[in-house]
Amino acid sequence: MLAYIARRLLYAIPILIGVNLITFALFFIVNTPDDMARMQLGVKRVTPEAIEKWKTERGYDKPLFVNGKASGAAMLTDTIFFTKSARMFVGDFGRAEDGRDITREIALRMGPSLAIALPTFVLGLFVTVSFALLLAFFRATYLDFWGVVLCVAMMSISGLFYIIGGQYLISKLWRLVPISGYAAGLDAWKFLILPVAIGVISGIGSSTRWYRTIFLEEIGKDYVRTARAKGLSEITVLFRHVLRNALIPILTGVVVVIPLLFMGSLLTESFFGIPGLGSYTIDAINAQDFAVVRAMVFIGSVLYILGLILTDISYTVVDPRIRFDR
Amino acid sequence: MTFMDVLPVLLWSDVLVWLLVLAGLVLGALSWRNLPLRAAWRRVGRSRPGMASATVLVVFVLIGLLDSLHYRPRLENRDPGQPVAYAIEVLSVLDAMASPLRTRNEKTYSGPLATRAYAKESVEVREADGRVSTTRDFPRLKFGGAHLGEAEEKRDADVLQRVLAAEALALAVLGIASLGSACLLARRQGVLARQAWNRLWKGETEFAWNAVLLTLGFLLLVWLPVLALCVDYHVFGTDKVGQDVFYQILKSVRTALVIGLVTTLVTLPVAIMLGILAGYFRGWVDDVIQYLYTTLSSIPGVLLIAAAVLMMQVIIDTHPQWFATAAERADLRLLSLCFILGLTSWTGLCRLLRGETLKLRELEYIQAAQAFGVADLRILLRHILPNLMHIVIIALVMDFSGLVLAEAVLSYIGIGVDPTMISFGTMINNARMELAREPMVWWSLISAFAFMFALVLAANLLADAMRDAFDPRLAGAS
Repeated sequence: MLAYIARRLLYAIPILIGVNLITFALFFIVNTPDDMARMQLGVKRVTPEAIEKWKTERGYDKPLFVNGKASGAAMLTDTIFFTKSARMFVGDFGRAEDGRDITREIALRMGPSLAIALPTFVLGLFVTVSFALLLAFFRATYLDFWGVVLCVAMMSISGLFYIIGGQYLISKLWRLVPISGYAAGLDAWKFLILPVAIGVISGIGSSTRWYRTIFLEEIGKDYVRTARAKGLSEITVLFRHVLRNALIPILTGVVVVIPLLFMGSLLTESFFGIPGLGSYTIDAINAQDFAVVRAMVFIGSVLYILGLILTDISYTVVDPRIRFDR
Repeated sequence: MTFMDVLPVLLWSDVLVWLLVLAGLVLGALSWRNLPLRAAWRRVGRSRPGMASATVLVVFVLIGLLDSLHYRPRLENRDPGQPVAYAIEVLSVLDAMASPLRTRNEKTYSGPLATRAYAKESVEVREADGRVSTTRDFPRLKFGGAHLGEAEEKRDADVLQRVLAAEALALAVLGIASLGSACLLARRQGVLARQAWNRLWKGETEFAWNAVLLTLGFLLLVWLPVLALCVDYHVFGTDKVGQDVFYQILKSVRTALVIGLVTTLVTLPVAIMLGILAGYFRGWVDDVIQYLYTTLSSIPGVLLIAAAVLMMQVIIDTHPQWFATAAERADLRLLSLCFILGLTSWTGLCRLLRGETLKLRELEYIQAAQAFGVADLRILLRHILPNLMHIVIIALVMDFSGLVLAEAVLSYIGIGVDPTMISFGTMINNARMELAREPMVWWSLISAFAFMFALVLAANLLADAMRDAFDPRLAGAS
């Protein structure tokens, strides 16, 4: 098992290098630092001196890959690629446009992001799996039919509508909770309850439908017929047999997002004014802060790859037949 | 206006839209020649929800196609000696057809079917003795219900009369259409018209005629009154700058269709080629391609899109000389968004195709072809590609609704289409603060959401019907 995890971690390295190269290509080769400077300083009437100054201030004045002026190891280290891209592997993301240290900001903002994403994830999973089980229990009845219709309708509604509608109804019309904002500590609950509820509701449509299909596929299998033939009640069959065996396909989609919960949700956080990583990313996008976007792309990929490894490990936990240590 | 009065403008997205229509026709013809695929199309035709949603989608597509023929009108030339000059504004055929909607702009917000503005303003009133005084009142709209003149109280009667006339027309058209299709059916099946009529409405036909006719009837009943009203009223109100919301909705349709369809079109060749190559040749080709898509799919989609769009924006902003008109700039941004969205979405299809090719290449008929010495390229094109078509078709329709929804979110974040281009996303973005106004302005937001819902729901239902019909695992079950 350990050997397997080690192998997967090793396999992640070339992928991370690839991600790093892609972001580097996007941010420095597709657009040269000169272009970025012109963009930031305003396109018209910008002097070459101003561009040079902008580049020097941010360390963009070095050569891309090989520094011919330096000697020894500095030939490779005193370059944009090394200082801006390769340093991300050790968790050094440099500074944002406003001069703040990105690594510190990220550490600060993970908490609020997680405070929203984790309850949404757990509650959402519970609600959708229960709903899907209910539909599977009443399969081929009107309840099932209209349940699926409801799911299709719910997944056709834009996520923006859930947020805007929810904020309007709950916060403005009924004045139950504040529209947006965040407080540290236990007071956070009244700021969190609405975004979490909206997050859960907006996810119901597609997930429920997906889980229902998985359950129905399992229900058609022979072992379920055997279980029924033994005289087990339908409830027992569903919970003890179908649910447990349906876990593997469900895990594929679910475990992979767990590490990504740290990243927060872009939309929810910016609508509800929660100072997490999602709203940090949006602010960076709007301010065209390339350093922050680059850092977030890299972290996102690291977390995603972590999710893939976790998925594989979770398989071995739920299904003893799967063994990876060949 | 004659043909000479306009300068046709071929935007890149127009080219792709029409190419897409062509590709759709070719793909349809090719899959009709393939027997299993033809059977699948027949199954789609039998599905009532599928055909009902297809009817709705056809209407959307027609609006989008009308909006994909662009031109620049010739400017009024007073001096005959001067060369012909064309307006800088790029219009489409849809704009020309909807010119009352496009040009009759009010000053600011006005409610649906309103004759007066939504907020009070200082209005000058000439009193009976000739004095002019200012009071605060809701000013009369310049165009909304202008034909009523002073008799604003007649608005309800006027609206009702138009709606009733339009409904009568809709019913008449529906009646003719259903009679016509019954007669057609009777001739093709060689039965009496009466029998054909009964079969039609009982759903005993090969093709779900009843669903199509009912949907058509519903659309006519809803939209003929709107069309009858929209020439003199703002049926869905006007937005902050006084533009008609109904016109914006019509324009949004094309943007949504381009995003939903062109994206898949541009990614399709890459996904198909790499997927087949990886699955067929295996070995190092497979390793390289797998590495490529694993790396790309490890970057969270939104972030990759954000990064790429930011970069694109820098290029567009630093090269203003590339674009003759603002429409061309917005168009390039739309296209680059399609490419960028495609960049993140081809990996899923590629993985599916690779897996299926791996399975196919072990089958006897492929091995027989290899033993006969058929060239690899020929095997790929003749024996493998046609057997992957169902996956491609399913992926195409399944992706559509997700992309339409994504456009709204991306435009909201600020990394979507150009802010000057009308789309559901920019409409929602412009209207997001309106619910917080006192009094509340709801029509713009609700209309955008409602139309997006209709489009996405129709796409989802059609996608379901097509998946059920084309997926061989599901086809046997139903």
